[in-house]
Amino acid sequence: MITRLSVASVYVTDYDEAIEFFTEKLGFAVRSNLTLENGQRWVTVYPTASPEFQLSMTVPGAPLHDEETATAIRSLLAKGALSAGAWSTPDCKATFKEYSARGVEFLQEPQERPYGVEAVFRDPFGNWYSLNETNDKAFDAEAMKEAFGGN
Amino acid sequence: MSRPGTAALDTQVAMRRARDLIDKRFAQRIDIADMAKAAGYSHHYFIRAFTAVYGETPGRYLTRRRVERAQELLRVANLTVTEVCYLVGFNSLGSFSSRFREVAGMTPSQFQRRAHLTGPPPIPGCFIMMSMGPGAAPRTAPDRSSAISEKPPSSDDT
Repeated sequence: MITRLSVASVYVTDYDEAIEFFTEKLGFAVRSNLTLENGQRWVTVYPTASPEFQLSMTVPGAPLHDEETATAIRSLLAKGALSAGAWSTPDCKATFKEYSARGVEFLQEPQERPYGVEAVFRDPFGNWYSLNETNDKAFDAEAMKEAFGGN
Repeated sequence: MSRPGTAALDTQVAMRRARDLIDKRFAQRIDIADMAKAAGYSHHYFIRAFTAVYGETPGRYLTRRRVERAQELLRVANLTVTEVCYLVGFNSLGSFSSRFREVAGMTPSQFQRRAHLTGPPPIPGCFIMMSMGPGAAPRTAPDRSSAISEKPPSSDDT
């Protein structure tokens, strides 16, 4: 049986810039930074509080993609249509302040939600991510049903 | 690094910047000039380029964003329709109601009543926001004149 997510992938436009953004702006660490014989790169970073997870970063193009595929991915990335999902933080407002001060672009400032506090930011390549501070009700199905259950 | 399609990509990135500005500032005064400036485009070319990239004019996108955020507030917040109207950047209740009905197919009051009966969808809000809520944008006809002749936003839109 599957127990957890260990790798998720995101497209970026440049490996060095991607490493710089995730380490210097978000405080992640680099796990892998390899080039295979065929030129394929394997570059992963992880939030230091969660070393069992890796975010794999890929620049679209050879040897992974034919040019038509790469062009389509680049375009989706540029338009802002892609995301790798949601990050967790113990304090959304504090993290929002910290990241904003380092120049991270937020689309939505921290807002109260039934499951906690949530903000939305972009990386410089165009991916959007949610930044979630979950409350004690977030994983309680009954409480969520009640919170989302209307009047 | 130059490759075929770099110009198109630059345009898409510029339009993303403008659209992100709309997403950040929809609740305040924002006009086409602000958006064009964020993209680094002239007014006229900005409207054309935005429409080419996103399939709807920037004015239409702003309206849909305001209506989408209004739907979110009507679902989850204990606010009146009038309060929501001003919170999402409209200046008059009449214009809010008619724009809302165009986008959502019912009045804000009807939407609020229904939402309170069923409760908000148990989906993370960020995913609702980033997907622009129910229904995708209708593609604007690729008729150049429609994009260019769009009137600058009236005072109700800014």
